[in-house]
Amino acid sequence: MAEVRASPLSSEKLRETADAAVGDVQSGSTVMVGGFGDAGVPFALIDALVRRGVTDLSIVANNCGTGERGLAALFKHGMVRRVYASFPAQAGNGHFAESFRSGRTELVLIPQGTLAERIRAAGAGLGGILTPTGVDTLVAEGKQVVLVDGRSYLLELPLHADVALVRAHTADTSGNLRYRLSSRNFNPVMAMAARCTIAEVERLVEVGALDPDDVHTPGVFVDRLFVAPAGRRE
Amino acid sequence: MSERWSPDEIAARLAADLPGGSIVNLGIGMPTLVAAHLPPDRGIVLHSENGIIGLGPPASAEAVDPDLIDAGKTPVTLVRGAAIVDHATSFALIRGGRLDIAVLGAYQVAESGDLANWRVAGEDLGSVGGAMDIAIGARRLFVMMRYLDKDGRSKLVRTCTYPLTARACVKRVYTDLAVIDIAANGFVVRDRAPGVTREALQDATAARLRFLDQPVGATE
Repeated sequence: MAEVRASPLSSEKLRETADAAVGDVQSGSTVMVGGFGDAGVPFALIDALVRRGVTDLSIVANNCGTGERGLAALFKHGMVRRVYASFPAQAGNGHFAESFRSGRTELVLIPQGTLAERIRAAGAGLGGILTPTGVDTLVAEGKQVVLVDGRSYLLELPLHADVALVRAHTADTSGNLRYRLSSRNFNPVMAMAARCTIAEVERLVEVGALDPDDVHTPGVFVDRLFVAPAGRRE
Repeated sequence: MSERWSPDEIAARLAADLPGGSIVNLGIGMPTLVAAHLPPDRGIVLHSENGIIGLGPPASAEAVDPDLIDAGKTPVTLVRGAAIVDHATSFALIRGGRLDIAVLGAYQVAESGDLANWRVAGEDLGSVGGAMDIAIGARRLFVMMRYLDKDGRSKLVRTCTYPLTARACVKRVYTDLAVIDIAANGFVVRDRAPGVTREALQDATAARLRFLDQPVGATE
C-alpha cells in the first residue's frame, strides 16, 4: 500500500482508471468488499482486481457473489484463500461453492450483525465487541463467553483489512461520500476499517457541493476515488 | 391429514395477530407473504435488515431501482416516511430491542423454543445471514413454516438435531395444520386447520402437544 496518504481535503485521490485505483493491491491481502446482493457492490473495482490477477486474498463481504461477475469472478479465478461472510450459500453462486468444495477457499461464517460490528470495531479502534448473537451455536466455537449482568455474550474480535473496496453514489473530490438507498449497507463501516479505502462512485462533484450534513463517510476515511457511472451491473 | 391452510391463509392469520404500530421483520421465503396481508390502517412498519425501516411493496417492473432491494434481494419500494441506515445501525435496531416482532422460516423448532433454520444437518454449506441476530434480538419471534418437512417428518421436535440458530427464542409457530405457542411446558396448540383432529396432529408430531382448551398439566 502507498505509505504517503493524500491530504484529507486534497483532490489527489482521483484515479483515471479502476486498474490504477487497485494497482498496488498485493497477493495475500485482506480485502473488504462492500455491497449486499448487487446493491452497492463496486463492480468496476472488482473487475480491475480480477485483471490484476492477485492471489491468496482474504475477502470480507456479506455474500460470495452470483453469476460470473463481481465477487463470483474472484472465486472463479482462484484468487480467494479465505472468505469471511454471512450469506455464502445462495442460488447462482456456483463459483464460490466450487472453490469451497475443492478446498481452495476456507469459509469463516459470521452472523450478519456480528460481521458489521466486527468491521465497525476495527474502524473504531476497539479491541472487540460483546454480542449475544450466536451463543450456544456453531459460530460460538473457540470463542470466549463473557457474562454481563447475568447474560452470556460472545467476545468477537475486530476485523481489519488492508484494502476496502466500496461503492457510493456521490463523492466530492476530497473523498466525502454519500450513498444512495439500500446501496449503503456495509460500505460505511468497511470504509473506516481498512488501511486503504478505495471508493468507486457514480458521480463526482466539486468540494463544497456536498452539504456537510449529507456526508455519510467523511473523506478522511477515503484514500482513492474512481468514477464508474454505469459500471455496476452486468 | 385433512384440509391444510394455504401459505396465503397462514400469512393472513399471522398478519391479523400483529399489534398496531409494531416494527416487524419478515424473513426470506414464506414469511414474505405476510406483507400482502397487513391491515393498512394498523400502522405496522416493516424493517429489512439490509438497512430499510419502512419497507414498501415489491417494485413494479418499470419502477425497479437497482439501489433499492430488500434482504431477499427483491427490488422493492419504500413507504412514506421511510429511513435508510447502514448495516451496523440496522442490526443495532434488531439487537437493541426496537424490533417488536420477527417472522422467520424454520427447519426445526424444539419444545423449548430452540430454533434451527440456517443449515440442514449433514450439509457442508449454509447461510446464516441475519437469522441469529434476529432470533436473539426480536422481542417476539414467530416462525412460519409447513408442519412437516419434504420427507413428511415433523418439524416440531423435542430437541433440534440441525445446527441451532438460537436457544429458547421462538414464541409461536404458524403452519399449514395448526398455530402453536411455545409455553413454559412446551407446545400448546392454539388453533387447528379445518378437519385436523387432535389425534391426527399429535400423531404427526415428534413431541408432546397440549391444547389451549385443555387444563395446564392435564394429559391426553
